[in-house]
Amino acid sequence: MVYREKKLTRGRFLKVMGGGALAGSTLSVLVACQPNTSAQNSGGNGGGGSGGNSKQLNLYNWSDYVAKSTIPGFEKKYKVNVTQDFFGSNEELLAKLQAGGIGYDVIVPSDYMVAIMAKSDVIQKLDMSKIPNFKNVGQEFKKPPYDPKNEYSVPYQWGTTGILYNKKKVGKIETWDPLWDPKYRGKIAMIDDVRETLGAALYRRGYSVNTTDPKKLKEAEDELKKQKPLLRGYFASTEVRPLVVNGDVLLGHVYSGDGFTAVIDNKDLDYVIPQPAATRWTDNMAIPKGAPHADLAYKFINYLLGAKAGAALSNYTYYGTPNEAALPTIDKSLTSLPTYSPPKKVFDRLEVIQDVGKATRKYERIFTEVKSS
Amino acid sequence: MGENKGRGWSLGLAGLLTPVTFWLGIFFVIPLLFILAYSFGTSGVYGGITLGFNPSNYLKVFDPLYLKIVGRTLLIATLNTLLCLALGYPLAYFIAFKGRRHRNALILMVMIPFWTSLLVRAYAWVVILGGNGIANKILQFLHLTDKPLNLIFTPQAVTMGLVYSYLPFMILPLYAALERFDTRLKEAAQDLGASRWHTFWRVTFPLSMPGVIAGSILVFIPSAGEFVIPDLLGGSRTVMVGNLIQQQFLNARDWAFGSALSIILAVLLIGAIMYYVRRVGTDQLEGG
Repeated sequence: MVYREKKLTRGRFLKVMGGGALAGSTLSVLVACQPNTSAQNSGGNGGGGSGGNSKQLNLYNWSDYVAKSTIPGFEKKYKVNVTQDFFGSNEELLAKLQAGGIGYDVIVPSDYMVAIMAKSDVIQKLDMSKIPNFKNVGQEFKKPPYDPKNEYSVPYQWGTTGILYNKKKVGKIETWDPLWDPKYRGKIAMIDDVRETLGAALYRRGYSVNTTDPKKLKEAEDELKKQKPLLRGYFASTEVRPLVVNGDVLLGHVYSGDGFTAVIDNKDLDYVIPQPAATRWTDNMAIPKGAPHADLAYKFINYLLGAKAGAALSNYTYYGTPNEAALPTIDKSLTSLPTYSPPKKVFDRLEVIQDVGKATRKYERIFTEVKSS
Repeated sequence: MGENKGRGWSLGLAGLLTPVTFWLGIFFVIPLLFILAYSFGTSGVYGGITLGFNPSNYLKVFDPLYLKIVGRTLLIATLNTLLCLALGYPLAYFIAFKGRRHRNALILMVMIPFWTSLLVRAYAWVVILGGNGIANKILQFLHLTDKPLNLIFTPQAVTMGLVYSYLPFMILPLYAALERFDTRLKEAAQDLGASRWHTFWRVTFPLSMPGVIAGSILVFIPSAGEFVIPDLLGGSRTVMVGNLIQQQFLNARDWAFGSALSIILAVLLIGAIMYYVRRVGTDQLEGG
């Protein structure tokens, strides 16, 4: 085009192309701020905005968090279309719902966020008679502290937060201390998450991950400031995994699914749930207030609590299943890992992150302070 | 008609301006007013906001921690602008004066990176500079190092990423300014005995000031608001105002403080640019 259109003067050409380029890059920056959006399936019209079609389910989920067969299986069974949008953090999900982001039928908030969403009145009470497969949920996942009567949520997947590390080079580890060992300077990566990373420091000092005691938080802050010069950086757990696999770092703070994915492929690596305590989290399915296709949402939730779909899900994500009917068909390579289904005495020392209310901002300030130190 | 040309408002012009007025009104002015209103509100513990008049959000910025972050951001943006100018000027000069019939092709090459999303390009750098990336492979092949170097997730990687992303914004306006330059002025200066060095600093450079100013503004503003690159290439170890604002809206659920920070950033940028244009630019802008 540039060469053929002789009449287009350079000045004009520049204005057109430059303008287009500016607009383009601005847009791409804007897009980067938005939750990643992609229609999972043809026929759906992208985002969650479409209300009318009752044959469509709009799922708002973490990325890469359904099995390849999950959505096609549901679409075939109920002759519907499913669209899926993605969020990157619980807070992003909450902000979207609070900003009036309607149109989603099923969302997947983590434990503490279920409590916040119930309090903020953005999710609806569930009619359990429409979810008969709830009977498949294991006893320890029923009536969780964040939703004590199972009024708002049913569990989707669960996992722990621990350390993925190179056993061959580091030797066997059992505590959080190696993440603070100057021997591994530049070879450590932490999760870029306030609660998890402050949590690691709190656990290391023997405190609860949910403390609001300023003195304990100050100690955690000092720990993290001490740790920062040793770090390669703060990343999403999915980004930490390749860093450990490629040998860029030796120790990485990760969610268990990322740990298992790496460990199954590489026998030099191991995933540990450190002493004295670590985080156990549960992601849950919930239905937002004003969901346009609540009936389908119930069908989807019930479908995932079925034995087959539940097993397919965990066999893909490598996270734990709260679905007891699915357990027998989970891959043996997974269930044979000692940390996949931890024994009761390990399970009992795991802590669940709870909302700390006003102290959230205190936590956030500490993390900012650490990162800019 | 001749006298009125360019002054009077024709019906046609008004008609053409209506859509853009609505567009900017709805998508620019109204959101900005929202941010302004929010910045005086009170954040709920779980996000959301109660409107009112609460100046404490602005006072919070005077926390030394946040001041330090604002200061560092302006420093990084200034450094980035200077680096882009130092790298971009010679290239724009070369294309405008020595490019001859290849000018369009060369300018096109400057713009090609825009055809790919910034996010994708930033991730590409993560791969290139990684421990097993091409950069380390080449260094090892040339025996410049025997172990992979830590190239990625460093402050240097952030600087490089910023220059890489914003360089075209500097080159294009510089080129636009230089391309209009009347080369006879250079000849005249040299006829009058000026050295090439003198000719450049006394004639060419001053006449290209509109391009320098436009380019600097186009680079400075977005780099001051940057938050993707420090996260992706810096391993989130550096906090810029953009990151801070993002954290307030998402993690801290403090929309009011986030809005106040946005307003302060905007005011600081406008102030810096007005100072800059006054200081360096007025006569050249008017002359140009």
